[in-house]
Amino acid sequence: MSGTPAGRHYLNSAYGIRSWLLTVDHKRIALLYLTSVTLMFMLGGVFAALVRLELLTPAGDFFHADTYNKMFTMHGIVMVFFFLIPGIPAVLGNFLIPMMVGARDLAFPRLNLLSWYLFTIGAVFTLFNIVIGGVDTGWTFYTPYSSAYTTTNIVPVALGIFISGFSSILTGLNFIVTIHKMRAPGLTWFRLPLFVWAHYAYSIIVILGTPVIAITIVLLALERVFHLGFFDPALGGDPVLFQHFFWFYSHPAVYIMILPAMGVISEIIACFSRKRVFGYSFVAASSLAIALLGFLVWGHHMFVSSQSVFAGLIFSILSFLVAIPSAVKVFNWTSTLYRGSISFQTPMLYAFGFLGLFTIGGLTGLMLATLGIDVHVHDTYFIVAHFHYIMVGGTVMAYLGGLHYWWPKITGRMYPEWWGRLSALIVFIGFNLTFFPQFIVGYLGMPRRYYAYPPEFQVLNVMSTAGASILGVGYLIPLVYMIWSMRYGKAATANPFGATGLEWQTSSPPATENFAEPPIVTEEAYAYDRIPVPERGVYAG
Amino acid sequence: MPAEARVAGPKTAHAHQFEDAGQQREAVTLGMWVFLVTEILFFGGLFLAYAVYRWSFPAAFTLASRHLDVLLGGVNTVVLIGSSLTMAFAVHAAQTGRRRALSLFLLLTMLLGGVFLGIKAVEYHAKFVERLIPGASFMMSEENAPAHFDPATDPAIAAGVPSVDPGAEADLQRHAQIFFSLYFAMTGMHALHMVIGLGLLTWLLFGAARGRFRPGADAPVEIVGLYWHFVDIIWIFLFPLLYLIGRHA
Repeated sequence: MSGTPAGRHYLNSAYGIRSWLLTVDHKRIALLYLTSVTLMFMLGGVFAALVRLELLTPAGDFFHADTYNKMFTMHGIVMVFFFLIPGIPAVLGNFLIPMMVGARDLAFPRLNLLSWYLFTIGAVFTLFNIVIGGVDTGWTFYTPYSSAYTTTNIVPVALGIFISGFSSILTGLNFIVTIHKMRAPGLTWFRLPLFVWAHYAYSIIVILGTPVIAITIVLLALERVFHLGFFDPALGGDPVLFQHFFWFYSHPAVYIMILPAMGVISEIIACFSRKRVFGYSFVAASSLAIALLGFLVWGHHMFVSSQSVFAGLIFSILSFLVAIPSAVKVFNWTSTLYRGSISFQTPMLYAFGFLGLFTIGGLTGLMLATLGIDVHVHDTYFIVAHFHYIMVGGTVMAYLGGLHYWWPKITGRMYPEWWGRLSALIVFIGFNLTFFPQFIVGYLGMPRRYYAYPPEFQVLNVMSTAGASILGVGYLIPLVYMIWSMRYGKAATANPFGATGLEWQTSSPPATENFAEPPIVTEEAYAYDRIPVPERGVYAG
Repeated sequence: MPAEARVAGPKTAHAHQFEDAGQQREAVTLGMWVFLVTEILFFGGLFLAYAVYRWSFPAAFTLASRHLDVLLGGVNTVVLIGSSLTMAFAVHAAQTGRRRALSLFLLLTMLLGGVFLGIKAVEYHAKFVERLIPGASFMMSEENAPAHFDPATDPAIAAGVPSVDPGAEADLQRHAQIFFSLYFAMTGMHALHMVIGLGLLTWLLFGAARGRFRPGADAPVEIVGLYWHFVDIIWIFLFPLLYLIGRHA
């Protein structure tokens, strides 16, 4: 447990590009993912910036409508399929789950490497399509526009998403088998960290949902290339069937993004308030409840697509029900904070940011689940604001918080605390300035996906674009100091935050086989009353 | 990867990340079952689409399904069930350590799988000749109906769709295209799984030739067997849905 970067660990156990590209070590694969996912995030961010630039003025000044359509489509595809969905599980989950269950690696290390390659190949197909002209359907690929009318490159993008879907499936499969079969002696289900529970629920959704989008994409491609009829109304096919298929996966995909984020938040809040998580078993079970209920609500995306009012009513009620396990989590985190010994480290600031943004996103979700309101704000910026609060506000805050929290474990170096807190603050301010005006402008009636708008919406759009540039700065700061800290950061001890959990019981960075000896677990997670608070000097910036 | 694999210590019967062979066996078996769950959901989308359109266009689906060759389909069903039987024998041979029998049964399974795909190719070719491939030249007519099909006594036509009505006839053609789209998507996806299965069996055969599968180390044979049975079961659902339903009416 020496914990200095001088020792032998997974980063210096082998050198050279081959040792990375052929690695089967889950920790190295996590870093491969970190690199790819960060690249995709930056790319998606560039498209977002271009979209916001166009919307700075009411007239379409910068791009043609076609170009604008391709911009927001690529922003959506890249961010959803190549950042938000794989982000936390592929990077943090890959790195941490074997360690958290006390295993030497995931159950199927070579499958894990394969899933990174599939992710990369999928990303290449998708990026290749930008080079040859882009796609203009929006990330939802609604038929029959996508299958019969658009002249843009649906098939390469569909193939890219199909391939990266297999990457998700294999990751989920690996997690499920690892969590079931590779737990250390004494690590019972109800001693698992909530991060593991969240990833278990995530894996269930991935296993059950991703194959459905995969077959949907296959059918779309078959219809487009071979003119087989499935969704084409000219043949009697039903375009709304495509929407059912699409949302059967893509609504649960929101929980694919947010459940791992919730796992991260549980770890951070317990550590930085130095308390057991209030209602541990309820938080664990609520992950499973979200996973199961999440499959029953896809119809709330289709209130205005010829669905019967009765079906709409059922989907509306079921959508309300998902709020219950989500609220269970938020209230339990709040109760954990109550009378806790809170320290405002960077990860905790990001966690607070998560709580605020997720709550706003969740409550507006209740508004949208209400049939009447949804019909009013359908396909307006209100929707855009809502899902950015949930998917981006929730997932990115947790991703950055988790990255800071486990950074010492991953790299063996501390991040600069002052800069970390600054970035958390800027991201929070920038995010709210970007997306809160969109609630208002959407409620006033500005539709989404339009490249020009009436002049009365300009003030709110300028605010939003200004916020986006602040948000961009907030994301760039961690990028710079994280890279800086890998070389110049202070050496981290094995457990700089004084946290519980098996991953903190090995050196930072861990050895290739994770633990010198297989750990034996004798108590529940989050026994923070047994661990002394580390001295301030250890992690002060 | 050899560098990491060596970390666990001396060469063992199980991979470095597992504590023992028993844990490895449990893990790979669970892994395959979870994978099969994803496969069920994958085919589930196709089954759902089939159900929706069968519900919407019963007359067209009934007529179109009579253009499938129930004899060839039936033979294929028997062939595939036979291959599942030989696969089960192969798994048993691996468990009991009979190397010669293992190779034999793997070969038999592959042979039957090959026969299935061959018959499937004959069927596809017939559909091509009969202009039943969806697209511009699609034409489902009484001429390309099988010999035993008699429109005069056909209750589906008698009950629902008078063939003299040109609008209804056009509808029938369009909806029959959807049937054949589903037919090719479902059987094509199934055939693709068969091809992957044949690849896995080939891999097993090479392993068996080198004596890789001993009692206690037969998990690969077992999980490929699970996969093969799964592909078989998918066909057990496809056959009645595509070939049989409505035929008696």
